[in-house]
Amino acid sequence: MSDSSLENLPKGWKSVPSDLGSDQTTFKGVQWGKAMMWIFLLSDTFIFSCFLISYMKGRASTVVDWPNTSQVFSLDFMGVPVPLLLIAIMTFVLITSSGTMALAVKYGYEKNRKMCGWFIVATALGGLTFVGMQAYEWSKLIHEGVRPWSNPFGAGQFGSYFFMITGFHGTHVSIGVIFLFIFARKVFRGDFDTGRRGFFTTMKSDYVSIEILGLYWHFVDLVWVFIFAFFYLW
Amino acid sequence: MSDEYEHKLEAKSDYVGDASSVSTPDIDSVPKAELPDQELYHSHSWWTTYVFSQDAKYIGIQYALTAIGTGLLGLVLSWLMRIQLAFPGLGWLEPTAYYQFVTMHGMIMVVYLLTALFLGGFGNLLIPLMCGARDMAFPYVNMLSYWAFVVAVLVLLASFFVPGGPTGAGWTLYPPQAITAGTPGYNGGIILMLISLILFVAGFTMGGLNYIITVLQLRARGMTLMRLPLTIWGIFTATVLAMFAFPALLVGCLMMTLDSLLGTSFFMPAMVSLGEKLTYEGGSPILFQHLFWFFGHPEVYIVALPAFGIVSDLLSVHSRKTIFGYRMMVWAIVGIGALSFFVWAHHMYVSGMNPWFGFFFATTTLIIAVPTAIKVYNWILTLWRGNIQLSLPMLFSLGFIVTFLNGGLTGLFLGNVTVDVPLSDTYFVVAHFHMVMGIAPILVIFGAIYHWYPLITGRMMNETLGKIHFWITFIGSYAIYFPMHYQGFVGVPRRYFEIYDSPYIDTSTLLLNKFITIAVLIVGAAQLLFLYNLFASARLGKKSEKNPWKANSLEWQTPQMPPEHGNWGKELPKVYRWPYDFSVPGAKEDYIPQNQPPSEIIGAKVEKT
Repeated sequence: MSDSSLENLPKGWKSVPSDLGSDQTTFKGVQWGKAMMWIFLLSDTFIFSCFLISYMKGRASTVVDWPNTSQVFSLDFMGVPVPLLLIAIMTFVLITSSGTMALAVKYGYEKNRKMCGWFIVATALGGLTFVGMQAYEWSKLIHEGVRPWSNPFGAGQFGSYFFMITGFHGTHVSIGVIFLFIFARKVFRGDFDTGRRGFFTTMKSDYVSIEILGLYWHFVDLVWVFIFAFFYLW
Repeated sequence: MSDEYEHKLEAKSDYVGDASSVSTPDIDSVPKAELPDQELYHSHSWWTTYVFSQDAKYIGIQYALTAIGTGLLGLVLSWLMRIQLAFPGLGWLEPTAYYQFVTMHGMIMVVYLLTALFLGGFGNLLIPLMCGARDMAFPYVNMLSYWAFVVAVLVLLASFFVPGGPTGAGWTLYPPQAITAGTPGYNGGIILMLISLILFVAGFTMGGLNYIITVLQLRARGMTLMRLPLTIWGIFTATVLAMFAFPALLVGCLMMTLDSLLGTSFFMPAMVSLGEKLTYEGGSPILFQHLFWFFGHPEVYIVALPAFGIVSDLLSVHSRKTIFGYRMMVWAIVGIGALSFFVWAHHMYVSGMNPWFGFFFATTTLIIAVPTAIKVYNWILTLWRGNIQLSLPMLFSLGFIVTFLNGGLTGLFLGNVTVDVPLSDTYFVVAHFHMVMGIAPILVIFGAIYHWYPLITGRMMNETLGKIHFWITFIGSYAIYFPMHYQGFVGVPRRYFEIYDSPYIDTSTLLLNKFITIAVLIVGAAQLLFLYNLFASARLGKKSEKNPWKANSLEWQTPQMPPEHGNWGKELPKVYRWPYDFSVPGAKEDYIPQNQPPSEIIGAKVEKT
């Protein structure tokens, strides 16, 4: 749909019945892949919700006390244990990478290949740093005796939920990082300008893919905020 | 509100193109194309055409055949179980084997047959054709979806060959027993089952995204949502349910896998097993039940909604009559779908919930009866004074209405806490869910296969064989499940591998068990007749004309039948009306296809849609 005909459509709430009642497309002017990513993320939200609700239920019904999280998640800084120091840095890095991703999308639509590519690389490095710090946190906790089935600080479910939820989220971040690097290469090679065909799908590349990847990346960051709030701050 | 009413009145009396408007060229206009024509993947080899196909029609057939093949295994398992129940003294099955067969039968039928066949099979075949698209939105992802399903099936079947055999935990896989010694397959089969389900969910998600986006974004010019056939509404809504229900299953499976492999205690309380205290402590078995049924109840409607949709179309086409209350039907489908997320704990009345929860869930459960009853009334009113053709699809559709009504009424019993508690875990429950989500959807599947077979092969299936198949299946199912209601009332518990003469069991049960088993074997044998018909008709069947049932929906209006790659030749169809204009007064034929321009049906008194 050309942009001029999009502008003639009703705005605001009036667009809802008008779009739902129309033919051909329900989300006017929205690329298929982008609509797909939104629905996928909605489904993924249900997965993370199930994890977090299970965690709350599990935490509420353990027979042994839940460990003191600010104690467990503290990091020694110059001999002083600082609670949540590592997590604060991790969260900061991940949120920052959301910012660089947004810039990458902007430069992508401006067809500024160089800036777009470098911002994607920056985002990927941010994600990599996050995963690296998470690996450090995991190994630190494992050294302190925390296992998926038990830990010295309290209820065994602490380790179970911790490793499962952060592991599932970390997998999301890692998959995102892999795709970010692939897309950075595509941008630098000019795939999105030439419309080079995908290796697997044989469909033409388009800058909108960067926005779609961006949606995924922002989602992963947003989920982290919830995990951070429910797991570390509670 | 009143404006709308007047507009409708005006619409009803709207003669398409009375004399004055014939000359105006606008009469055939549809909105401009919003998007350029879809770019298709063209296969170049045998492998990419027939094996790793990216054409939704082929993928649909692949899905359907794989699902039916797996379903046959489920059917054979039910034979073996029934023989054991009829002749307990024979020692036909070990108790272990009996429980494993119960579990595999249930899981195969619900997930790997019905879900895969309705959404993967009919969804892939019909969504692009009925919406007027060339293919699904993402053909490559669609192909991956099918192959993920194949891997899931293979992993499931592999569990028959691991030490200890498949899991015998019952299809609900409740912990702690599912992963504790004493349950068959507690350390091997269950893991493969859980992995298979995780793979199925992953594969389904890829397919489901395709179905949703195709329905929302790839419709033909003029095809509004309210002009979609109810088949598409059913499949679409079911897919949406699946996208939000399967996550709970995925999470439950993942957590139980960790409980079993790593020794975490998500679902496992402290237990003594074989005289030894297990290392588990502090987990919550009820949590799994909540996760499972948050998936499990919408799953019932994931199976039922496509059946509702398809049967509406079959009834309308084969009684040559407009579907009664189209909009009501759509809203009923959507309403049932939404409500299905708020009823899950009615499966858990006896697992120790707060009684107030029982009250809440009984209320929501009974509310579902409202939209469901609307649908049944509308089906009957569609038939009312219709020109009913007793073709095979119609026979199966009629069978469906009766069976669904039957299963739905027993659902009212089980939805009430006080009635459910004594009936829980008896054969009444078995009879209820087999009627409502076993036989009823299967009848629709048969009807749909007889209906759309010419679209796939270009030939008709044999009518005589089909009628024999119908009557044996229909009467046979009642011979099987009616006695089970009675058995439930006299208190025969389900999942007992051996029911012999004892003071606690009514003696009539023993004779009925033999009767039911004979019926099962006959009904099962009739399915072989269907299979023969299915495969032989592809070569021997009578050549079908184009649009053999004189249907209106787009899938029959392709330039070639069976439709070719890309479905529509050079030009995509334009849609002018809904698919239910049958027996329109003033029209030459008794049907007006969705893509017939209004200028060709001058004088027909069509409803404005």
